[in-house]
Amino acid sequence: MTYLILIFFLLLLMLVAAIYAIVQKDLLYAVIATGVISLVLTVLFYLLQAPDVALTEAAIGVALTTIIFIITIRNTVRHEDDYNKKDDIKSAVE
Amino acid sequence: MKKFIVIITLAVLGFYLGETFYELGFGNARFEHGVKDTYLEKTVSELHVANTVTSIIVNFRGFDTLGEVTVLFLAATALGGILYKKKHHAGDRSVLFPASRIVMSGSKLLFPAVILLGVYIFVHGHLSPGGGFQGGTIVATGFLLMLLAYDDFTVSHHVLSYVESFAGIFFVLFGLAGFCNGGTFLENFMPVGTMNDLFSGGIIPIVYILVGFKVAAELTGLIYTVLHEKD
Amino acid sequence: MDEKIFEIMQFGVYTASILLILIGLYAALTKKSLIKIVIGLSIVDAGIHLLLIAIGYINLGTAPIFSPGYEDAAAKMVDPVPQALVLTAIVIGFAVTAVALSLVIRLYRHHHTLEIDEIKNLKW
Repeated sequence: MTYLILIFFLLLLMLVAAIYAIVQKDLLYAVIATGVISLVLTVLFYLLQAPDVALTEAAIGVALTTIIFIITIRNTVRHEDDYNKKDDIKSAVE
Repeated sequence: MKKFIVIITLAVLGFYLGETFYELGFGNARFEHGVKDTYLEKTVSELHVANTVTSIIVNFRGFDTLGEVTVLFLAATALGGILYKKKHHAGDRSVLFPASRIVMSGSKLLFPAVILLGVYIFVHGHLSPGGGFQGGTIVATGFLLMLLAYDDFTVSHHVLSYVESFAGIFFVLFGLAGFCNGGTFLENFMPVGTMNDLFSGGIIPIVYILVGFKVAAELTGLIYTVLHEKD
Repeated sequence: MDEKIFEIMQFGVYTASILLILIGLYAALTKKSLIKIVIGLSIVDAGIHLLLIAIGYINLGTAPIFSPGYEDAAAKMVDPVPQALVLTAIVIGFAVTAVALSLVIRLYRHHHTLEIDEIKNLKW
C-alpha cells in the first residue's frame, strides 16, 4: 500500500514540474524544472525494475541536458518576452 | 482560435492512446512463450552472461548498436560544423568569472573518483547493472566538472578524436572478424567462459569496452565545443 | 471500494506518461519562443521512455540480472527487450536536443530575435 502511495506522489510531482516548465516565462527556471522531471524519472525507472536505464537517465537527463540548455540561454535571451538586443527595426523606420 | 484547435486535437489523441493502453493492462504477462523467454534462457545456457540487457544490446541485436553509435558520431560532427568559429583561442570561454575556492578544491578531489567509477561501470557491464553507455556518460560528467571549475583546463581535441575513431574502427573490425569461422557479422566467436567471471561471454566485454570509450570521447568533445562558444 | 482504488492507482503510470506526452506536444505547437519549443520536445521524449518501460513491467517481477546461485529464476523477471530499446533512445534523444540547440544559437546570431513570427517575416 505504501509502495503505491509513493509512486502516486512521484507522478504528481512530475506533472506539476512539467506544467511549471511550460508556463514560466523566465527560461532558467523552466530548464531547472526539466531537470526535476528527469530526476523523478530516474527514481521511477528504478522502481519499475530497470537499473540500467536508471543509470543512463541519471547521467544524461540531469547533468548534460541542463548544461547544454544553460549555455544556450547564456548566448541568447533570458526571458521569453525579450524581443531583441538591438533596436526594433520598425520603430527606427517610423 | 489556434489554441482551441490544438486542445481539441490533443484531447482526441489522448483519448485514443488511453483507450489502447488501458485495454492492454498494467503488469500482467501477456504471452505464454514470447521473445523474452528465449532471450532469458539463451543468456544463461549459451552465453554465460549475467546481465540480460547487455547480451541483448551487444549480441542479439548488435547491429542496432552499431547504427546508434553512428548516429551519435553524426550528431557530434554536425554540432561541430554548425558552431563554426574562425579562430580557436585557448582562453575563450562562456563563463564570466572563475569559480569559488570550495568548488575548485572539491572538484580536484572528486575528478579521479568519478573517472574510476565510470571505468569500473563499463568494464563490469556483463556482470552487474552497467555497460558502455552508462560508464561513458559518467566519464563525460567527470570531465564536465573539471571544465566548469577551472578555466584553464584543456582537453586536447586531437587525442579525443583519435580515441573515438579507433574505438569505432575496432568495433567494425570485430564484426568483420566474425566472418573468419564461417559465421555472420558480429557473431560471438571467442570462447565462452564460466558465468560470473570477468572474462566470460566471448566478445561481449571487449565490444562494450570499445563502445564505452567511444561514447565518453564523443560526449566530452560535444560538451567542450559547446562550452567554448562565445559571442 | 478497495479494489477500485487499487485499480485506479495502478493505471497511474500510464495516465502520467500520456499526460506528459500531451503537455510536451502542447508546448511544441503553441509557444512562440524557440527555446520553449525545444523544452517541449525534451518533455515528449521523457514521456515516451516512461511509457515504453511501463509496458514491460510484470507484477512482482524482478530485474533481469542473474545472481550466482539463482540461475533458474527466469520465470519471475520483467521484460528486458523494452529496456534495451529505451537505452538507445535516451542517448539519441540527447544528441538531437544538442543539435537543435546549436541551430537555435546560429539563428539568434543571424536574426537577433527568437520569436518564430519575426523570423518568418524577415524572409526578404
